[in-house]
Amino acid sequence: MYPGYDMAVADARAMRELRLEIEEFHADYCWTLDCGDVESWPDYFTDDAVYRVTARENADAGLPVGLVYADSKAMIRDRAFALKHTQMYAPRSLQHFVTNVRVLEAKGGADGTVKAQANYLLLQTLVDGPTTIQQSGRYYDSFVRVAGKLLLKERQCVYDTVLIANDLVLPV
Amino acid sequence: MFSVDTVIHQPGSFAKEQLDESFDYRWPEGGLQYIPDWVYTSPAIYQREVERIFHGPTWNFVALEAEIPRPGDFKRSYVGPTPVVVARDTDGSVHAFENRCAHRGAEFCRSQRGNTREFICPYHQWSYDLRGNLQGVPFKRGVKGEGGGMPKDFRNEDHALMKLNVTTLHGVVFASFSKDVEPIEAYLGPEILKDFEVVFKGRQLRILGYYRNELPGNWKLYHENLKDPYHATLLHSFLVTFGLMVAGSRNGMIADATGRHGTLASAKPDDVAAAVDQVKGEMRAYREDFKLADRRFLEYVREFDSPWSVTMQTIWPNLIVQRELNTLGIRHIVPNGPHSMIMLWTMFGYDTDDEAMVRHRLRQGNLMGPAGFLGLEDNEAIKFVQEGLRRSRSHTGVLKLGGDTLGSTSSVIDEAAIRGMYAYYRKQMEL
Repeated sequence: MYPGYDMAVADARAMRELRLEIEEFHADYCWTLDCGDVESWPDYFTDDAVYRVTARENADAGLPVGLVYADSKAMIRDRAFALKHTQMYAPRSLQHFVTNVRVLEAKGGADGTVKAQANYLLLQTLVDGPTTIQQSGRYYDSFVRVAGKLLLKERQCVYDTVLIANDLVLPV
Repeated sequence: MFSVDTVIHQPGSFAKEQLDESFDYRWPEGGLQYIPDWVYTSPAIYQREVERIFHGPTWNFVALEAEIPRPGDFKRSYVGPTPVVVARDTDGSVHAFENRCAHRGAEFCRSQRGNTREFICPYHQWSYDLRGNLQGVPFKRGVKGEGGGMPKDFRNEDHALMKLNVTTLHGVVFASFSKDVEPIEAYLGPEILKDFEVVFKGRQLRILGYYRNELPGNWKLYHENLKDPYHATLLHSFLVTFGLMVAGSRNGMIADATGRHGTLASAKPDDVAAAVDQVKGEMRAYREDFKLADRRFLEYVREFDSPWSVTMQTIWPNLIVQRELNTLGIRHIVPNGPHSMIMLWTMFGYDTDDEAMVRHRLRQGNLMGPAGFLGLEDNEAIKFVQEGLRRSRSHTGVLKLGGDTLGSTSSVIDEAAIRGMYAYYRKQMEL
């Protein structure tokens, strides 16, 4: 559980339609990252978006630190640029798997925020190693609709894989 | 997932990884300008390090007092590779003892941290107080009519948990298996104490959270990396491009008298552009076209009475104190065999921080940690080094920058602090 992400009672059919839309969002998001197009990754966020990757022990204890912590799309863009152009790391490929999507709240607040959660699995393959689980975790997402499209206003990636295998390079 | 999952060249499959006590550990000719690969790959050397360094007369970091502020608070921790529990007693005193039941050896404390009145081993419910004294043994006198129970001469006092020597300095808790270790201030030495106090003295810490990672490299490589200012100006494009640490600007590598500790210090130049301009030709990592979209990230709030904007302290044998602009934290090194270490990170601010300052520290935290712009590059580089050491036929590394001097330097193009560390290490290890 994550504070502010409780299930609200709502129209089941509307929730189901939203879930499909969110599943499409996840598929696009993962496709972008898994193709290595990290510079398009910021396009999934609003300008004031919060993006954080943190261990479950921090989330459970209400501790604010992030392995990755961004509180603007500009920061997300800076990370994307750095990963693409300046950071030194061994070549690798990723596959994201997102399942168990649950729509928690269809219309919270004046801006029509949609809250949802999903489980994720992030697999990583280095050039001469086996494919390994980089992270197993859960997304807690707040979406808003901008020009008809869902965008992330907040994405909290809370991982169970507490002992990170060396480092986390590419985005979750 | 971790180093042991490597498919090609499993750890242990190379001759350099199989050296035992019978090997002739002779340091290469040329003294400290050469480092033999076996200091990083030999299981026998690793065992000697655990015995003489981590379990020897050293102060090992185990906790921040801010992690265990109230009576009964505890955390699991490590001295070298050995699991210990750090607990605060009802009188406020801090204690450390092995996480091993005195009875059958179970690692009884399973929670990362918490609050308790006593520790109870789940196996046979022997109970211990917050100082590690044995309190209760179920059926100590057997069962009425059936006998059993402990012998008459069994005394609880003889069966306490193994207790460690504990000391605290400005809210930082250290422990030692040795009774013969010098007082902590003398252990650190005045050169190191100075910048340690900048971070901790008179401050109440606010814990911001934790990261943990396995780094597939020998534990000494982490010390070396932070006693190696040369790499900082070359590997890390963030430092170079944004002038956080530039060769030719005001930097320092400060060592204590023994050579075991170090402070890598730098002062952000007032005129970043001019400083970078002088040296950018030598630095491939420099990126003219990299401009931050969110400039708040690298702002420096001058909150310390120090000429340095960055101090990275390596405190022998298992602590790193990070003050990188306004992102603060400690890294606790848990050696994990010759080819691996576990890094336990605790990030913090101060209790005087307002919400804006907390957010600033969180933003700047992106520099460090296992996903940090500097941190991930260090982890990658250290992994590459360990793989090269394990898998190659060559057998020595070169440390010639600055000649054969040892210890502190003002130039960043120098390896004297690494040589100084090995001068001390060879004495401790009799190598």
